[in-house]
Amino acid sequence: MHELGITENIMDIALDKAKEAQASKISRINLVVGELSGFVSDCIEFYFEFLSKDTIAQGAKLYFEPVPLQLRCRSCSMVFHPQDTLWSCPECQSQSVEIVGGRELYIESLEVE
Amino acid sequence: MKRIEVVQNILEANESIAAQNQRLLDKHRVFAINIMSAPGAGKTSLILQTIAKLKDRLRIGVIEGDVASTLDAEKVKDEAAAVIQITTRNMSESCSLIANMIDHALMSLPLEDIDLLLIENVGNLICPSEFVLGEHKRVVISSLPEGDDKPIKYPMIFADANAVIINKIDLLPHVDFDIPAFRRAVKELNPKPEFFEVSCKTGMGIEAWCSWLFDGVESNAQKVINEGG
Repeated sequence: MHELGITENIMDIALDKAKEAQASKISRINLVVGELSGFVSDCIEFYFEFLSKDTIAQGAKLYFEPVPLQLRCRSCSMVFHPQDTLWSCPECQSQSVEIVGGRELYIESLEVE
Repeated sequence: MKRIEVVQNILEANESIAAQNQRLLDKHRVFAINIMSAPGAGKTSLILQTIAKLKDRLRIGVIEGDVASTLDAEKVKDEAAAVIQITTRNMSESCSLIANMIDHALMSLPLEDIDLLLIENVGNLICPSEFVLGEHKRVVISSLPEGDDKPIKYPMIFADANAVIINKIDLLPHVDFDIPAFRRAVKELNPKPEFFEVSCKTGMGIEAWCSWLFDGVESNAQKVINEGG
């Protein structure tokens, strides 16, 4: 239940950037969301619709670009996307891994008029 | 139609407040730890044991985070130097603690009179992993009845932990919890945490945990002095 705060942050950043660019309308917000980031995009959309009412972001489309989980094997340095929950390296079977992708949560760009 | 490049971390606001919190804590030489676990793993019991063990050597403050109630604050209020309860039920931003809530709590705490601040997060293995608070160390408790698969099911919270506590160790004869497998699963994600096997009921292992905390308080104070704080 932390999507409301996140959506408020998204709104703040988007409205700020749009104002800087002297835009009159935000038509699309492109977000990058890692597989592990733990935020539910449906919830963000629901809150966004509510929060954006009567702002220049009203009616804007949210686009969520997913980033798959990527792990780096600590033994052989292979970077891979795990096929199961056990997170073992497909090359050397080591299970000692580092998370290198999939935790992202940022606004990539805005489309404004 | 125009495209504006933004590339701004949505959690940046939280992270910058957390950094401010840490600067304020350092200014007062307060060592803060964020204690996270599932509900019922023993966060409050660990805090009570820790205060009992360390209260003659350190002045300990507590921030209690809960969705509702002040039950936990009531339990620790007679033991700690100062206690603040944060109730997140009426907060729109988040059900677990975020940096902004800690910022407010720090204003009400007598930081001059605190050496160690124990922050008890809301019982949850998902949300707290996303939000730093300004703490110096992140601690995760797993208890034996929960099972040994939690690092596999909730990897994020373990990936950033500085210490992992295995609590209710007195129940080992009664449950199927493979301690080596649990430790291995954590280390595969994160080689750095210290492990402590404890029982908040019998007091077993509390000594080692408290000595790690005590060292943390001392070395953080030294680090702040060295940096001219």
